[in-house]
Amino acid sequence: MSRSVVTLVGVSKAYGRTVALNNVSLDVAEGEFVTLLGPSGSGKTTTLMLIAGFERPTTGEILIRGESVVVRPPEKRDIGMVFQSYALFPHMTVFDNVAFPLRTRRLAGPEVTQRVDEALAAVRMSGLDGRYPRQLSGGQQQRIALARALVYRPSLLLMDEPLGALDKKLREEMQSELKSLQRELGITTLYVTHDQQEALALSDRIAIMNGGDLVQVGAPLALYEHPATDFVAGFLGDVNVVDGVVVEVAGGPVRILITEGPEVLTLAGPPVATGKRVRVTIRPERLEIAPTRTGGPNGWRGRVREMTFYGELVRYGVDVEPGLVLKVTRPFHGQGTLFAVGQEIWLTSKPDDWRLFA
Amino acid sequence: MVGPALVLLVAIYLYPLARLVVLSLTGADGGLGFDAYRRFLESSVYLGVLLRTFRISLIVTVVCLVAAYPVGYVLTRVGAVPLRIIMVLVLLPLWTSILVRTYAWMVLLQANGVLNNVLRRLHVIDEPLRLMYNETGVVIGMAQVLLPFAILPIYASLRNIDPRLLAAARVMGAGSWRRFRSVTLPLSLPGVAAAGLLVFVQALGFFITPALLGGSRVITLAMVIETQVVDLLDWSLASALAMVLLVVTVVLVIGFDRLLGLDKVWV
Repeated sequence: MSRSVVTLVGVSKAYGRTVALNNVSLDVAEGEFVTLLGPSGSGKTTTLMLIAGFERPTTGEILIRGESVVVRPPEKRDIGMVFQSYALFPHMTVFDNVAFPLRTRRLAGPEVTQRVDEALAAVRMSGLDGRYPRQLSGGQQQRIALARALVYRPSLLLMDEPLGALDKKLREEMQSELKSLQRELGITTLYVTHDQQEALALSDRIAIMNGGDLVQVGAPLALYEHPATDFVAGFLGDVNVVDGVVVEVAGGPVRILITEGPEVLTLAGPPVATGKRVRVTIRPERLEIAPTRTGGPNGWRGRVREMTFYGELVRYGVDVEPGLVLKVTRPFHGQGTLFAVGQEIWLTSKPDDWRLFA
Repeated sequence: MVGPALVLLVAIYLYPLARLVVLSLTGADGGLGFDAYRRFLESSVYLGVLLRTFRISLIVTVVCLVAAYPVGYVLTRVGAVPLRIIMVLVLLPLWTSILVRTYAWMVLLQANGVLNNVLRRLHVIDEPLRLMYNETGVVIGMAQVLLPFAILPIYASLRNIDPRLLAAARVMGAGSWRRFRSVTLPLSLPGVAAAGLLVFVQALGFFITPALLGGSRVITLAMVIETQVVDLLDWSLASALAMVLLVVTVVLVIGFDRLLGLDKVWV
């Protein structure tokens, strides 16, 4: 089960002096769904192009099922790919589009028909064989592109922001379908997106990329709870960032004097030297907001600066000190539970919910 | 703004066309009738000329398409600087007088012309090849003149092919020949058809090149029209022949539009 399908070893890619990818190592196991997540220009699409074979690494090694493929052309790599633009052939029917990879493999007519039918059934598009891509909606084109990439059972499926062109509701529908289909077929998938919620919802593991570096790889929950850097913390979900100086490390909790004010923060963090400048973060949903002070070591007075209603969520901006505004999100539990703008409140937080980045 | 434009269109296109129709229907005695058309249909000479005109135009079209496709393909594969250089070379003939170019072909193709002399010096041939005053010469000259009109639409349609389609085909296991045959070629066919139409329609009405390179042996419809007007002063028959050419052209254009959509000619 843990056999690796694709392995990157110290892969770098430079275009002239611009480094698009910097010493990236990654391993995707059989049946795994790994997402490359990062802002645009972070190197995620470059990584995909290197694995597909459209680009060659400047240095490093790419292995597919243990064999080096650096010099192997894309058509010989046995990879399936779904493009953001779908890249369906406009002059071919749905059937001919899905049959294309089978025909390049010289499969016999009856088997082509059978495999195409199966693939179309898997993406719930049976009966559309005779249509042309332009006669299909975006979601339908997406499914056909997926069927075309799966029909020849490639050893690896690459997807480059495949849901990027769909509207929000359809995107969420396709996400859950994609995930169940991927589980069902057990197809090893490397997925590229800049949408962190999509990455969290779909992936077995997420690889966070930034500026050509692979910053951190891990399961969605692990990354969310234990980001390696403040970039990861900020990119995966929302976060409050506070700078400060370590004032006390008494063997147990770390105490930090925040830069913007007199507040002292207690958090359970790694041992750091006293006097060190650090950055600490907390997720907006981990801050408690109450009209009066509740228990716990970290109680800060604040005033509600703004309130935004999102339906199931309410987001507050709270002035704690001049120059320090903290974001707080709460589930919406009815109108009586809302705090008004201008209201004096208390923010409390558990030491465990803060993360420290030295 | 529609008014003046309409006036202009009527003055420049519709009025002369209407005059042409009336002229073709006006007999020598000044009466109206289909006399000129009857003379055209009854004479095997004119029908023969019409057939030859079509045959030459068709050959020229095929030659142009076959020569233009590789050029258009190369244009999509080269960098910006070579692209510009080849583009200038392709367009250069269009900026040169067609008369000058046709005389240049005469210098090249005649019995003791450049081409025959070179081939004789190299002992490839003993007797000079007959490259002029026959259909071969006409086809060579016309194809050279009309080649840019084939290259440009073919290049445009090839350039419009989404490179991601070829990338997709490649990932799915298609080698270079398969990608060309299954993706590039079919998607460039509207451009090929447009190029064919542009070349064929222009070739039908060609005058200078066939007149100079074909001489009296290769008479085309345009040359007959010229003779009728200049030498025989038979405006009626000349107009009828012009109408035949016009109707055939219009039928072709409409057929093309039905088949592929005329908007694709200009993309």
